[in-house]
Amino acid sequence: MSGKLKALSGGRAVARTDGRARARRARGVEAVARLVTGAIALAVIGVAVFVLGYIVYHGIGAINWEFLTGVPRDQGRQGGTFPAIVGTLLVVGTTAALTVPIGVMAGIYLAEFAPRTATTRVIRLSITNMAGVPSIVYGLFGLAAFVLLADLGRSIIAAALTLTCMTLPVVITATEEALRQIPQDVRQASLALGATKLRTIGRVVLPAAGPGIITGSILGLARAAGETAPILFTGAVFQMRQIPDSPLSQFMSLPYHIYAQVTSVPNWNEELIWGTALVLVAGVGFVSVMAAIWRSAQRKKVTW
Amino acid sequence: MNVLEIARDGMIAVAAPLADVSARAAESAHAPGSFKLSDVGVAYGRDLVIEGVRMDIPAQAVTALIGPSGCGKSTLLRCLNRMNDEFGTVHVYGSITLDGENIMARSMDPVELRMRVGQVFQRPNPFPMSIYDNVAYGPRTQGIRRKDDLDVIVEESLRGAALWEEVKNSLKRHAFELSGGQQQRLCIARALATRPEVLLMDEPCSALDPISTQQIEDTITELKSTVTIVIVTHNMQQAARISDQTAFMLRESLEAPAHLIEIGATRTMFTNPEDVRTESYITGRFG
Repeated sequence: MSGKLKALSGGRAVARTDGRARARRARGVEAVARLVTGAIALAVIGVAVFVLGYIVYHGIGAINWEFLTGVPRDQGRQGGTFPAIVGTLLVVGTTAALTVPIGVMAGIYLAEFAPRTATTRVIRLSITNMAGVPSIVYGLFGLAAFVLLADLGRSIIAAALTLTCMTLPVVITATEEALRQIPQDVRQASLALGATKLRTIGRVVLPAAGPGIITGSILGLARAAGETAPILFTGAVFQMRQIPDSPLSQFMSLPYHIYAQVTSVPNWNEELIWGTALVLVAGVGFVSVMAAIWRSAQRKKVTW
Repeated sequence: MNVLEIARDGMIAVAAPLADVSARAAESAHAPGSFKLSDVGVAYGRDLVIEGVRMDIPAQAVTALIGPSGCGKSTLLRCLNRMNDEFGTVHVYGSITLDGENIMARSMDPVELRMRVGQVFQRPNPFPMSIYDNVAYGPRTQGIRRKDDLDVIVEESLRGAALWEEVKNSLKRHAFELSGGQQQRLCIARALATRPEVLLMDEPCSALDPISTQQIEDTITELKSTVTIVIVTHNMQQAARISDQTAFMLRESLEAPAHLIEIGATRTMFTNPEDVRTESYITGRFG
């Protein structure tokens, strides 16, 4: 072996040991990274489980037939939450009926029709910013615009309109993003078959984006269901014995019931309030979980 | 006369209110589906990318467009069904006629044109729906609603794309359950379902394995007796195997637009090309 070759192979041997040491270090770093990220993930899950467990532990004792179907007595210290459950359903239902069509149509416009100009960029930015506005600000806006200016009074419809303003950006953004995930070549395939743009959207793009749109809408509405601030000035009341009979009625609501009891009632009944929280969390959780299950079933069918 | 010819005669009756019936009837005496391009140019905004293309695309034959990446083959292909209209800033110049009819005229409805000139894309792109609904999509767009009619069209089209035997018992299955090659043949069937005169294929095999490629090539050879086929391909052997006529395009610099360098019978192009650039490309010296 010539001296040059020997030197070369010697160099290679050194390089190989270096390489091994580097690989060992890299494996060590990776193990630490896995441990740290895993621990953080576990901590986050732990907090969620703790919060849920705490609510269930304190609230489960309150859950019985009278609690779910009765009216509040003794300023809410006794009795049930039926009017609050119905009120929440009515307000969220009205909000959904307003938000989903408007939001989906706005999302379709932004994703499929809007040109990329300065104006549409400003519109997009405004929508993103709308999602960041604190909910109490929506509450004040609702009071000014819907309760007073539009003269709807403190009512289900005024509260639902307020919640709609708050939820719209979520639904619009979810719709736009779901539509953008549909590959361009599927749209082109439809156009190349002689379909119009509208038909392409209606028959191909929108059905494919459906799961994303519905999940986004449900998450937005779930948040609306738990909000207190937007309904505080726009229609929620402390106590009602009957359920609302018109869109212009005032209403009881689960989150507002909790807030009002804790802040305004001396010697409030802790167990009933935990129970109310449990009903709210269970309802929102149930809908979210159903949406997730449905979505994953859809995703199994559709992968691009 | 085979199934597709019968099918096309049916289509003329169906599309009668849309098309100029007498002109179409006169044309159908000859085989319909021949293009004539004169001085066709394409610009993206102000950037001229193709210039001065003259070519005849005969009916019932396979014309292959070859050339290096970025030479405008796909762009030229999209001129033939006005798909460039969908990309706002693209302008097409010159004249393109299909069976003597100017397809760039304002009076030509791109929606109608695209039912006569189908397209198959580079990647299989079935719609997220059942196999049946994929094929029935075009006919339904044309307003065909009756289940019996649709059943006939779906079967014919799937047979035309050589997929019928594999899927006849699972038409309700989701299209995404098919393999890549089957999906591409489904896309061919979907394009055939509007009973087109011409089928444009933009590198239809580039995402497929050799066996699927072979099946698609066999399908193309089967189809050319009834449908004019224009295929863009990067695969020289493929062009040589399946095409009757080959057109070689080249963009010699980014500052200059692409030109059609040479067009001729495939056999001549591959054995005895006139232009030295064609020879270099075909023998693999560049591109």
